[in-house]
Amino acid sequence: MKAAVIRFPGSNCDQDCVLALSELGVKTDYVWHKDTSVAGYDLVVLPGGFSYGDYLRCGAIARFSPIMKAVKEYAAAGNLLLGICNGFQILCEAGLLPGALIRNRSLHFVCQHQNVRVEDISNPFLHLCRTGARLRIPIAHGEGSYSADAATLLQLERQNRILLRYVNNNGAAIDLANPNGSVESIAGIINEGRNVFGLMPHPERACDRRLGSDDGRIIFESILASLGAISLDEDAAAPTTSRSLT
Amino acid sequence: MKAKVIVLPKQSVLDPQGVAVRDAIHHHGLPAVKAARVGKFIELELDGSQTEAQLHEVCRDLLSNPVIEDYKLVVEG
Repeated sequence: MKAAVIRFPGSNCDQDCVLALSELGVKTDYVWHKDTSVAGYDLVVLPGGFSYGDYLRCGAIARFSPIMKAVKEYAAAGNLLLGICNGFQILCEAGLLPGALIRNRSLHFVCQHQNVRVEDISNPFLHLCRTGARLRIPIAHGEGSYSADAATLLQLERQNRILLRYVNNNGAAIDLANPNGSVESIAGIINEGRNVFGLMPHPERACDRRLGSDDGRIIFESILASLGAISLDEDAAAPTTSRSLT
Repeated sequence: MKAKVIVLPKQSVLDPQGVAVRDAIHHHGLPAVKAARVGKFIELELDGSQTEAQLHEVCRDLLSNPVIEDYKLVVEG
């Protein structure tokens, strides 16, 4: 399997994404935003950062980058697309995911380890988890407050497209545990075709226990398993699955 | 020739900056201000070859995000 991490001017989590995927044995390339093809890749990642300096709005200018036409066609064909943080913002601006990410309720940049709860596992990104599992994954953003109108929220809820919610240590999605004021504590959503996933937390920063958590690995492992790149037998899945249950 | 574009968060969208600004105004001693909304003002210099429809298109697709913002376009002759 091959993965591409798109580099926009101002991306700054691209190396972390490449490292996380490479550590799992995935051949991963950087793809410059002025390139025009993502042919041959099984996974495309839009990494975190501050593309175009967040000018105008986060992701507003990046979505017009030449590579985005290819990314849209790639996604429309049902291929796996992952947007992390600024990547999530770009996906919303590009219309690949509904809603928008606005300034944090506190007006402050938040940078912390965050508990998120897995709300749905019927997707290629989280299927190795257990529904309700709590993952500890860092967040780092100033504009991560998810906003969408009531009709959109209802649709997301009905189609089980809210994949992650911010929760406290007990796994409860209470307001106090909501770091940015996201509506309904939403931390990550998926598109209707269930192949485009956007999330504010940074799983690529939680792939090594020495860095405080390796809960993010299960997302990449789920992707790999759904692409048949790693074995789904008990031995392969067990260590990660048990970690996610703690 | 100039066009002025005002972009404001929709009434239905949380505007924490507006709330903070209103509170600061109150703190400043002007309780008469009931609400504030913070947006953007964008001034465009034009050579005159554009149509108003093109300007609206750029307002809708780039300068504002219709999911969270409304815009107002004023073209000055």
